[in-house]
Amino acid sequence: MAGHSNYVPQSAAAKWLESRLPVISLVRGSFVDFPTPKNLNYWWTFGGILFFVLIAQILTGIVLVMHYTPNTALAFASVEHIMRDVNFGWLLRYLHANGASMFFIAVFIHMFRGMYYGSYKAPREISWILGVVIFLIMMATAFMGYVLPWGQMSFWGATVITNLFSALPLVGEPIVNWLWGGFAVDNPTLNRFFSLHYLLPFMIFGVVLLHVWAFHTTGNNNPTGINPKTKQDTIPFHPYYTIKDLFAIVVFMILFAYFVFYIPNYMGHADNYIEADPLVTPAHIVPEWYFLPFYAILRAVPDKLGGVVLMFGSIAVMFVLPWLDTSKVRSGTYRPLFKQFFWIFVAVCVGLGYLGAMPAEGGYVIAARILTTYYFAHFLIILPLLGFLEKPKELPASISEAVLSGGGKPAGAVAAPETK
Amino acid sequence: MAQQDTVEPTRRDFLYIATGAMGAVGAAALAWPFIDQMNPDASALSLASIEVDISAIDEGQEIKVMWRGKPVFIRNRSAREIEEANAVAISDLPDPYARNANLGADAQATDANRGVEGREALIVMVGVCTHLGCIPLGQAGDFGGWFCPCHGSHYDTAGRIRKGPAPENLLIPPFEFISDNVIQIG
Amino acid sequence: MKTMIKSVRGALLAVAALAVAAPAMAAGEGPHIERQQWSFSGPFGQYDKAQLQRGFKVYKEVCASCHGANFMAFRNLAEPGGPGFTEDQVKVIAAEYTVMKGPNDDGEMEEVAAIPSDRWPSPFPNQQAARAANGGAYPPDFSTLAKARAVASGFPGFIFDIFTQYQEQGPDYIYNLLTGYEDAPDDLDVPAGQYYNPKFIAGQTLAMAPPLFADGVEYTDGTPTTVEQYAKDVSAFMMWVAEPKLEERKRMGFRVMIFLIVFASLLYFTKKSVWRDVDH
Repeated sequence: MAGHSNYVPQSAAAKWLESRLPVISLVRGSFVDFPTPKNLNYWWTFGGILFFVLIAQILTGIVLVMHYTPNTALAFASVEHIMRDVNFGWLLRYLHANGASMFFIAVFIHMFRGMYYGSYKAPREISWILGVVIFLIMMATAFMGYVLPWGQMSFWGATVITNLFSALPLVGEPIVNWLWGGFAVDNPTLNRFFSLHYLLPFMIFGVVLLHVWAFHTTGNNNPTGINPKTKQDTIPFHPYYTIKDLFAIVVFMILFAYFVFYIPNYMGHADNYIEADPLVTPAHIVPEWYFLPFYAILRAVPDKLGGVVLMFGSIAVMFVLPWLDTSKVRSGTYRPLFKQFFWIFVAVCVGLGYLGAMPAEGGYVIAARILTTYYFAHFLIILPLLGFLEKPKELPASISEAVLSGGGKPAGAVAAPETK
Repeated sequence: MAQQDTVEPTRRDFLYIATGAMGAVGAAALAWPFIDQMNPDASALSLASIEVDISAIDEGQEIKVMWRGKPVFIRNRSAREIEEANAVAISDLPDPYARNANLGADAQATDANRGVEGREALIVMVGVCTHLGCIPLGQAGDFGGWFCPCHGSHYDTAGRIRKGPAPENLLIPPFEFISDNVIQIG
Repeated sequence: MKTMIKSVRGALLAVAALAVAAPAMAAGEGPHIERQQWSFSGPFGQYDKAQLQRGFKVYKEVCASCHGANFMAFRNLAEPGGPGFTEDQVKVIAAEYTVMKGPNDDGEMEEVAAIPSDRWPSPFPNQQAARAANGGAYPPDFSTLAKARAVASGFPGFIFDIFTQYQEQGPDYIYNLLTGYEDAPDDLDVPAGQYYNPKFIAGQTLAMAPPLFADGVEYTDGTPTTVEQYAKDVSAFMMWVAEPKLEERKRMGFRVMIFLIVFASLLYFTKKSVWRDVDH
C-alpha cells in the first residue's frame, strides 16, 4: 500500500508526525500518488462505487439502530415508527433497504468485470479470493438484515435458510437449534441476527482494506491485462481517478435515488409488510432478488443435502477460479472465444435469477437444472479447456500503444504531447 | 496558444469551484437527515401536553406527574410555607427572576410570580434541579423547600434557589386551567 | 475444432434462451387485476385530500367495525400530506372513540376519550377475539395493508414497472377485490360463511361478506355514492395510511434528482478537464 508516496513532509509538525506515524504518506501512497494504469474504463469505477455504498449502508444503519428495537413483539412496530414518526425516518429506512440492492447490483458488475478482464489471475489471486470472502460476508449480512423488520418474509426466509443446515447428516439438527437458540426462529434468533448484522459490515470494511492492499501491492489490472511498463503507462490516482470515480458515484446515486424516491418498495416483497406470524406461511417464499440465482441452484437438485452442497459450491468454485482458467492471456479483450462464453455465462446467471423467482415446478425445474449444469461447466470444463483450444489475439506491446491504436480516436488527437 | 493559456485557467477555475461548491452543498443537505433524525420525533412532540386533575391535593400535599419524561411537582402549600416565601427580599435571592414560562423573562421572583395566579397556595414546577438535572427531595434542606442531594442545592418553599451550585430557580412550565380543577401542562 | 466449439456454443445459447423464455410464457399467476387511475401515481403524484376524507368516512363507518389501523394515530389525520383535517376536527374525531388507559390512581385501567396523540383503537382486544367474532377469520389491520397486497406483474411486466414507476399494486388490488364480488359459478361449492370473489389473492372465496352497498355512506360533496366510488376512495385512503410520507418523498425526490443531474454534469466536465492531457 505504501511505498508509492512522493510525500516529503515540509513543516516541523508534519516531520514530527511522519517520523512517528507515517499515516500521511500511507494515505498519499495509496490514494493520491498511487501509479494507476491510465486506461481503466468505467467498469473499474465500481470499486469506488462499492466503497461509497458500504459507507452509506453503515451510516444509515447506525442511525436506524437508534430507533429500531430487536424484539419479536416490538420490531415490526419500531420499523413502522421509523417510517411514520422519526424525522426523515422513511428516507433513512428506504435508503438502507434499497442500498442493499444497490450494493449487490454494483458487486455483481464488479465481479463480472473481474471475470471478463481476468483480474483474478496471477499475481492477483489473493485480491480475488478476498473479494469472494467479502461477497460471502455481504450475503450473510444482507440475509440477517432482511430478518430484522420481522415481517412475514423476514420470518419465513430466516426459517427456510437456517433450515438449510439441517441437511447436514448427524450434526444438522443440533446446528439448526444452535443457530435459532430454540426450536424455531424466535426472539433469540432475532437478537443474535441483529448483533451480527451490526458487526459484519465492519468486518467487510476490514477485508476491503486487505482487498485494496493486495491489488495495490501487485498494481491494478487494466483492460489490456498487460502490466504497465513505463511511466507513460500510469498516472497518479489523484486527481485522475478520484474525479472519475466521483463522477461515476454521482451517476450511480441517480439510479439509487430513483429507487429510493420513486419506487422504494420495488426491490422488496409485499408480504414483508405483514407482521411475522409463525402459524401462517406465505404462498410463495422468495428470497431477495440478489439471492435468486443461488436459490435456483438449491432447488434444482431433488436431494436436500445435494442442493445445499451445490448452492455453497457455486460460490466455493469462485475461490479456485484463478487456477481453473488455464489461459496465458489475462484480458478477455484478446480472447475471442472466451469473450463469447463469458456473455453466455452472464446470461445463464440472469436466467438462474429469473428461475429462482418462479415456482419450483414443471419446466422451471428442468430449465434450472440445465442452467445449473452450465454454471458449473463454465468453471470446471469450459475455462480449463479454453486455455488450450483458444488462439488469442496478438497483445499490444504496452498500455500506451493499446490506447493510441484503439478507442477509434482520430490520429490527430494522438499527436498531442504528454506534458505531464 | 499563449492567448488560450490566459483565458482557459479562469474558465477552468470557475468550473472547479462550481463543482466543489455544489458538492459541499450536497454533502451538507445530505447530512441534515442524519442529524435531524435524533431530534424529538412526531410521536414525542404530540405528547407534549398533559392534563392533570388537582382537586384531590389537600393543603400540605404534593403530587408528581410526568411531563415530557420529567417530573412536575404540584404542591398545595401550607400557610406557613407561603409566609416564609413572602418574607424573603428579592435582593437576597441568587436568582432574582421568576423563571415562569407563563410570565415574561424579566418577571421578578416574588412568591406571587412563582405560585399560581389567583391560587397562591398552589405551585407548579418542573422537579429537575437547575444544576445538573437531578430530582430534588421535597420538604428538605435549610429552607424547608426542596433539597437536591446530588450537589447540595437548597431551594425554598417557592422553589427558589437559596444556597448551593444551582444557577436558577426551579422552572415553572407553561400551563393553564382548562376547568376549575384541571390544568393542562405544556 | 473451432467450428465444433462454435456449434456447441450456439446450441448451448439456444437451450439457455429457451429454458428462460419458455416458462416465462406461462407466467402471470394470481387474479387478473384491472389497473386504476390514481392521483398519487407517477413522479408528481399527490393524494387527493377530498378523496382521502371520503375514504376515511367509508373506513370509519364501514370497515372500522372489523378492521383496525393500529399504526395510524388520530393526529396523522391533520398532518401534511394527509386528508387535511384541521387540528380541531381531529380532536372531535378522536373524542368519538375511547381508548384503554391507566392504571389510574386507584390502580384501575379505564376507558377514556381518545386524544389526537392516541392510535386508532382496534375493534377487538386481541387476535383471538377478532377470530371468534368473525367465524375464525382474522380481519387484517389496515396500517400497512395497501403495501402488503400485490399481485405479481410477471415477465416482462415487472421490468416495465421500473420505468412507469408503477407502485399502486395495493390500491388496485383492494379496489378490484371490493368491486369483484359475484355469484359463484354453478360448479363451485361455496363453503358456509364464505363469499365468492374471483379477484381474491389467495383463493376463490373469502370470509369477508361484500362490505359496500350503494348509498351506504353519505357523501356531502356531491360525489356519486356508488360501490365503485366507495371502493376507490377507501383504497386511496388505505394507501395513505400505509404510506403517509408519499407526498414528501416524491417532492424531495424531484429536488434530489435535479441536484444530482446538475452535479453529475458539472463533474463530467470537471473530469474531462482534468483528463484533457491524458490519452486513455
